[in-house]
Amino acid sequence: MDIILGIRVKDSVIVATSKAFTRGISILKDNDDKTRTLNQFNLLAFTGDSGDTTQFAEYIQANIQLFSMRENTEMDSKSIASYIRQQLASSLRSRKPYQVQIMLGGLNKGIEPFLTIIDYLGTRTDLPYCAHGYAAFYTMSLLDHHYKENMSLEDGLRILKLCHEELDKRMPVDFKGLNVKVIDKDGVRDVEF
Amino acid sequence: MVGKDCVAIACDLRLGSQSLGVSNNFEKVFQYGHVFMGLTGLASDVLTVHENFRMKTNLYKMREEREIEPESMANLVSTSLYEKRFGPWFVGPIVAGINSKSGKPFVCAFDFIGCIDYAKDFVVSGTAADQLYGMCEGLYEPNLEPEDLFETISQALLNAADRDALSGWGAVVYVITKDKVTKRYLKSRQD
Repeated sequence: MDIILGIRVKDSVIVATSKAFTRGISILKDNDDKTRTLNQFNLLAFTGDSGDTTQFAEYIQANIQLFSMRENTEMDSKSIASYIRQQLASSLRSRKPYQVQIMLGGLNKGIEPFLTIIDYLGTRTDLPYCAHGYAAFYTMSLLDHHYKENMSLEDGLRILKLCHEELDKRMPVDFKGLNVKVIDKDGVRDVEF
Repeated sequence: MVGKDCVAIACDLRLGSQSLGVSNNFEKVFQYGHVFMGLTGLASDVLTVHENFRMKTNLYKMREEREIEPESMANLVSTSLYEKRFGPWFVGPIVAGINSKSGKPFVCAFDFIGCIDYAKDFVVSGTAADQLYGMCEGLYEPNLEPEDLFETISQALLNAADRDALSGWGAVVYVITKDKVTKRYLKSRQD
């Protein structure tokens, strides 16, 4: 029931994740952060089997930082997306695949906003807006209706607000609000929401 | 689909997870030199298999100092899929192209473990395969010129996709002649 939402706007990307950390029937935490910052311009959001999720995200994070130290260049968003997909696709045919859904938001080469979703099967698609899990059923219609190419960050956040209201109304359990992060030319930052 | 000195290959653009449409720009036809391959099935494997064949055809090109021909591509696809006989890629490939030496058009399809289905007229694959067979049987005639072949394959695809809940959301059609490839995006029903 975790929520991950992403919206790509004119010169930035918005990534929102739910704050509730749930295990079984209990909410254990109401300020969980389901994201990892990979480098200056790339943010990874994830849900799935707890344990697998953090393990996988931190593995990706470490490898991307290792790459930049070895090669003395930052990896761009598209390369990171290919790398994550490859990892998940090969994990799928292993004895115990990672059960992780991924959303990667960033500025490709520090300029072009980029958003992609990858599921545990290794299905990757680059999209202007996307959501994982049940949240997709409630929010995609709103986003289909309101989203416009090259819209401003403010308008993006306004749509996100609509999505939040809808989720609050329709989701059967409290998800404790959204953590909202924006990736733009200044890097990754938290946004008051 | 085979025409007179031409072939056409087309796909829809939908990517979905069950009933939820996820993307409307997921192309399933890929180009390797002058050979084209369409891939249906598990989207993850569509991407993986495409990346695999991009590598294989690039290595082939370097070793042979020429592009791969459709007939060789068919055998390469077949052996590559059968290599994974007991842990297969869940894809339904089709290959189309024109042999650059003989100028002969070529199409064929495969099952997911690499059994080749050669055809002189048309091949189909995917969730709307049944509907496509129906449309193709009805509309196809041999020796069509490129423009007419385009119309035939487009109508076949569009109308088959409209009878399948999991297909549609736009389409792409390639018409391939010996010295020209035209790629057209079709607008289609968005429901």
